[in-house]
Amino acid sequence: MEMQASKIMISNKKINLNIKEKVSYFAIYLAAILTLVALISIIGYVLMNGVKHIDFNFFIQEPSSMGRKGGIFSIIVGTIYLTLVSIAIATPIGVAAAIYLTEYAKETKLVKIIRFGTETLAGIPSIIFGLFGFVFFVILLGFRWSILSGGLTLAIMILPTLIRTTEESLKTVPQSFREGSLALGATKWQTIIKVVLPSSISGILTGLILGIGRAVGETAAVMLTAGSSLGLPMSIMDPTRTMSVHLYILASEGLSKEKTFATATVLIIFVVLINFSANILANKYMKRTKIEA
Amino acid sequence: MMNRTKIKVNDLNLFYGDFQALIDINLDIMENKVTALIGPSGCGKSTFIRTLNRMNDLIDNVKIKGEILLDGADIYDDKCDLIQLRKSVGMVFQKPNPFPKTVYENVAYGPKIHGVKSKTALDEIVEKSLRGAALWDEVKDRLDKPALGLSGGQQQRLCIARCLAVEPDVLLMDEPTSALDPISTLKIEDLLEELKKKYTIVIVTHNMQQAGRVSDFTSFFLNGEIIETDLTDNIFSKPRDKRTEDYITGRFG
Repeated sequence: MEMQASKIMISNKKINLNIKEKVSYFAIYLAAILTLVALISIIGYVLMNGVKHIDFNFFIQEPSSMGRKGGIFSIIVGTIYLTLVSIAIATPIGVAAAIYLTEYAKETKLVKIIRFGTETLAGIPSIIFGLFGFVFFVILLGFRWSILSGGLTLAIMILPTLIRTTEESLKTVPQSFREGSLALGATKWQTIIKVVLPSSISGILTGLILGIGRAVGETAAVMLTAGSSLGLPMSIMDPTRTMSVHLYILASEGLSKEKTFATATVLIIFVVLINFSANILANKYMKRTKIEA
Repeated sequence: MMNRTKIKVNDLNLFYGDFQALIDINLDIMENKVTALIGPSGCGKSTFIRTLNRMNDLIDNVKIKGEILLDGADIYDDKCDLIQLRKSVGMVFQKPNPFPKTVYENVAYGPKIHGVKSKTALDEIVEKSLRGAALWDEVKDRLDKPALGLSGGQQQRLCIARCLAVEPDVLLMDEPTSALDPISTLKIEDLLEELKKKYTIVIVTHNMQQAGRVSDFTSFFLNGEIIETDLTDNIFSKPRDKRTEDYITGRFG
């Protein structure tokens, strides 16, 4: 009798474990689905409200009456202009800094401070960068509200991410590649330029995409440094308005619900396109250098 | 037949921090011969071969005393041109390490960094080097394909071709076949027979049969010292030192 009882106990325990297993599986499954649903519903909601207000004219017309009417041509141009300027400034500095940190620097106190600095920089709220840009570039250096001020501010904001991702991808390049190159009589610099950098290009591209994403999505820091002018920017000293800023102003001042969602839709399409093309670029490069699948 | 000394090592001592990895190494490496370095793991033979093209310079905390004369000039002298040294002393590593570039670009890499620009000259060097490494026939139709798509044995011969392309005098090989299958190993061993007509070869190997098959001279390393150096035939038939005998008969190692 007693034997029987303990057997039943064990099987009860088993059932309990089984239920636990199922419950926890269900919980994590639910979490994953929830993330997906949230993403799809946000994008879906924006697209549903936005797509119907987009036509060809929306892309080629300038905004009129504060953005209530017309398109967002000058804003698209401004967004691209500002983004290009910021990555043009950030990329060479970021990649060079990452090369210094991984290939040249020894683990000295200075390097530790630089590392700590970049990591802290990555976590600072963007409005702080905006405030700095406003005080330093806009006022002190006299660049006024301009693409240059905005680009410089965004560049500083992008730098930590870019340095970090570039560093990580440089570290994944096998030491044997470096040794192979040096043993052929290449200098360290030749080795870095011709072997190490090309081998880590996809990681660097990833960092750039993240940076571009941050630049395109930034609102507060851009308003403080590049202004919110609706005019078509020509020179780098002209102020401009990016899509995110436009979106913010349209929504916060209740100018036009249709144009708000239309702008949001274009912004989403933009970000998706950037990610997509960068993926293609990275894959193309990988194919050229790595084993064919 | 007269043997000419290509590399002369005098009282070489090497320290990693406080640890002495090489102790009073004296060795003559003969021109156009294959010198094999054998010995148990951690005995310093890989460390030693890396002193010959100063690859140990890359490691922090390494201190080297003594001299290594290449054609009579000390390679640890301040006047030594490191780039020129590594050009004339090529190295093949334990694991094949072709760059993630095409077959052609891998071989052309060396000549390019040393200033060869003309396409026809590069084409010529690439073909000559690949032929020299007995790889041309296998890859001549896929020079523009990624080198990492080749088999391990082909990759290793590609690395040899990459060395030959900068026209070295000496080839250092650090266990070049330890990551390869027996057939690829055999191909490389056959290749060594060809290569030694033009180059001086130093090879580190764990495989004593290999040392016996390919080398003219053998040095036995133990705990950072050279116990014995002799003609390979002598080392394997009548070693002078008891420890050498113990090692080659498989009593330890």
